[in-house]
Amino acid sequence: MKIIIPKEIDPNEDRVAISPKNISKLKKLGYEVYIQSNAGLKAKYTDEHYLNAGTIIIKSAEELYSIADIVFKVQPPNDQEINLMKSGTLVLSYLYPALNQQLLEKLAEKGINAVAMDAIPRISRAQKMDVLSSMSNIAGYRAVIDATYHFGRFLNGQITAAGKVDPAKVLVIGTGVAGLAAIGTAKSLGAIVRAFDTRKETAEQIQSMGAQFITVDIEEDGSTETGYSKEMSEAFIKAELDLFKKQAQEVDIIITTAQIPGKEASKLLFEDHVNAMKRGSVIVDLAAPTGGNCVLTKKDEIITTDNGVTILGKVNMMPTQASYLYGNNLINFIEELGTADNFNINMDDDVIKRAMVVYNGKVNWPPEPLPVSAKKPIISKSIEQESLSKAKKVRKQLITNAISLIVVGICLFFLGKVAPPDFMRHITVFVLAIFVGWNVIWNVTHALHTPLMSVTNAISGIIIIGGLLQMQANITDTKSILAFISILIACINIVGGFLVTYRMLKMFKK
Amino acid sequence: MISAEIQTAAYLFASILFILSLSGLSNQESAKRGVIYGIIGMIIAVVATLLGNIQGYGFIIIAMLIASVIGILVARKVQMTAMPQLIAMLHSFVGLAAVLVGYGSYIDPKTLDLLGAERTIHYVEIYLGVFIGAITFTGSLIAWGKLTGKVTPKPVVYKGKDIINILLLVVSVVLGVFFIQATGIEGMPHLAIMTTIAAFFGIMLVMAIGGADMPVVISMLNSLSGWAAAASGFTLGNDLLIVTGALVGSSGAILSIIMCKAMNRSFFTVISGGFGLEVKTGAKINGKVTSITHDEAAEWLKEAQSIVIVPGYGMAVAKAQYPIHDLVEKLRKEGKTVKFGIHPVAGRLPGHMNVLLAEANVPYDIVLEMDEINPELPETDVVLVIGANDTVNPGAQEDPSSPIYGMPVIEVWKAKRVIVMKRSMAVGYAGVENPLFYKENTAMLYGDAKESVEKLNFLL
Repeated sequence: MKIIIPKEIDPNEDRVAISPKNISKLKKLGYEVYIQSNAGLKAKYTDEHYLNAGTIIIKSAEELYSIADIVFKVQPPNDQEINLMKSGTLVLSYLYPALNQQLLEKLAEKGINAVAMDAIPRISRAQKMDVLSSMSNIAGYRAVIDATYHFGRFLNGQITAAGKVDPAKVLVIGTGVAGLAAIGTAKSLGAIVRAFDTRKETAEQIQSMGAQFITVDIEEDGSTETGYSKEMSEAFIKAELDLFKKQAQEVDIIITTAQIPGKEASKLLFEDHVNAMKRGSVIVDLAAPTGGNCVLTKKDEIITTDNGVTILGKVNMMPTQASYLYGNNLINFIEELGTADNFNINMDDDVIKRAMVVYNGKVNWPPEPLPVSAKKPIISKSIEQESLSKAKKVRKQLITNAISLIVVGICLFFLGKVAPPDFMRHITVFVLAIFVGWNVIWNVTHALHTPLMSVTNAISGIIIIGGLLQMQANITDTKSILAFISILIACINIVGGFLVTYRMLKMFKK
Repeated sequence: MISAEIQTAAYLFASILFILSLSGLSNQESAKRGVIYGIIGMIIAVVATLLGNIQGYGFIIIAMLIASVIGILVARKVQMTAMPQLIAMLHSFVGLAAVLVGYGSYIDPKTLDLLGAERTIHYVEIYLGVFIGAITFTGSLIAWGKLTGKVTPKPVVYKGKDIINILLLVVSVVLGVFFIQATGIEGMPHLAIMTTIAAFFGIMLVMAIGGADMPVVISMLNSLSGWAAAASGFTLGNDLLIVTGALVGSSGAILSIIMCKAMNRSFFTVISGGFGLEVKTGAKINGKVTSITHDEAAEWLKEAQSIVIVPGYGMAVAKAQYPIHDLVEKLRKEGKTVKFGIHPVAGRLPGHMNVLLAEANVPYDIVLEMDEINPELPETDVVLVIGANDTVNPGAQEDPSSPIYGMPVIEVWKAKRVIVMKRSMAVGYAGVENPLFYKENTAMLYGDAKESVEKLNFLL
């Protein structure tokens, strides 16, 4: 089977569908790899790199497509490229199937099978092939780097001899992969990071990355079974915009990542938000390709508003890094289809049937939905009920405590009535010792539980006193024999127990 | 001869030293001092007793000499992996001694002089002391047998066990009443029959308990040996014995509580036994198990920045603690963070893993408890699970049909990658399937834990 990698035609596309580092894995699976000359140049990979990795370099695109069984691409193929492909070729690339119905039909007409790498279902098994995840990760990272560049100040707070620098405040809106990556990067550069998402389940993820989860006071969860968020109610959106307005006055950098595939990005930042921001602030709009989350964003452009706010409609996608990860995603997908000798498109597979948007002359879009979010049971108990049951519990506990204390008191009273004074003295000592033991032992560290057991074992050898007291001058006496044995074994306990404990404790070192 | 008052003062001093000894164990630095306190306390107690009204010095010295030699030999020779067995054995000694002291006290002519309530209470004390002592004695022997493999580690129960137990208990109480009413030493047969019943109790109690519940059993026997000592203290009217017994008894009780909490089970269900016999095995798992070679595992470790090792009983069985120490040293030298996560019931004894790692010179400040390690796991690159199974089972949190559902576990699956070292795909002691092995980020490294770790050492 021959896999070909043509040069990307789109002048704005710097990535290439595979990096030299990926190729060995592909060869291990038995595929032959052909690449168009200079395909990787913009991603800083030369033909020599590919040659050394075991790829065959071919100059002309026509020749390349004519031998192709499988085509690896980044951007969707255009008409010119489709015309070069044979029927039965398998294409893997971005296809934006929701927006490109025409393209899908054209591919189907030509008998080309097409995998939309941007339509891989977002379930954990398919994560290794999910280009949206891998590319979002880069976008999120780079959003912070590019924002910092335009921001022109430290992100971390510093106190230096030359003066004090306040840490920058970063707001991340939408915390999918890109948002979380942005949080992580901004955090590691030392910024104070806040994040917002309509999906309540993300709060935990946000906090785990070290950012503060901010939210509105309206109870509404935007989670859906697809893993993307749904559109929210009007009241929610209003509250959300007010929240952003307040944040805009405070923060230095806003990174927006709210996108739903196949739909225009929802508008979250309007003129008054931008106007509220301080001079020198930066907005990075990662939703720019689908229209932008900010009304002022211009796709692929960097603009500065009258009040000095820079709005980035693009970020550097780090083509060298991106090509490597993208290549891995493609290869992981190919691996699901099998090796070169054992190649089989299994349309029953949950992932393959959803990503294969054109198959055997038919357009296979939109696919049936596949749930991804772990469903949680809904807790419907209201706060009032909870506090009520809590109060009940407290009362119940009080009553049981009182009753048990009264019972103990009565028992002790009757015991005192019948028992001899000696016994009362012993029982006092006994009960107090239990309380002392109880409090002392809880402080013992978990790691020392074994030594604790062996030391308590050793001291319970104190029962030797019983034997000592019972020993008689005459050893043949039954009592003496019993005493002799108990002294013997209790003493083994004492000596053995203490020594072994000491030996154990000697081993614990810092 | 010293006066009784001075003797009491010495006993009080010894009690204080014992309490200090136990409180010393609150951390590793003060623990050694704690043991010294314990030893001094013991010497004071024994010397004060010997200086009192004692007969047969010669025999006492002979017994103590023999015992010391045996004790020293045992303490020197025992391997750290065999600690559970040794402790079980020593518990049985305390139990036996309590039984002997009880009998000795019963045949003491002074007992016959007692009258009225004093006499009744004394007989009850003897009876109870012998009862607890006998259970401790045989129970510990069986525990020892299970731990050394001389007795099957599987739970053994028979039909109608509960009814027979209750019947025997009733018989013991009835015998007790006759025992107290008997004049002179005519109650001896009653005492002997009861001792047999208690011995049988002890055997069946521990027989019914499976291998994974051993930490609870050992703690419980530890507690019982303490109560046996306390009961002897009552019989002899000796406060030092009472105090010490109470300390040991509550210590064992607390350990049992901790162990039960760590398994999310009530003390009663553990003791009534038969956990492994439950039909409930949790949901069947469909999925693929990925296995990796030692080379790949070594590669993963090389790439990782933070590594957490979760050992279990399998590490003790394979005696893998020494190569693990070398592995840790190697990884730490390369600037990686390496930590250990220990589940409270890992091993066969509370704190078993800590002792083994300490034996292999692993610094204790990188050995963390379950609650300390869990929040760190999401940021961990690689978790190495060595011979642990049920304590890392995600089913305890995710699958309500699992018999261990609700048991706190080490959440290893939250780490980026998990390597599970295991001999085969067999289920753990709880007999539960482990969904961890089927997780996307988990890879199995089959083979003996010790050999596997040694191979990794070689490859790194």
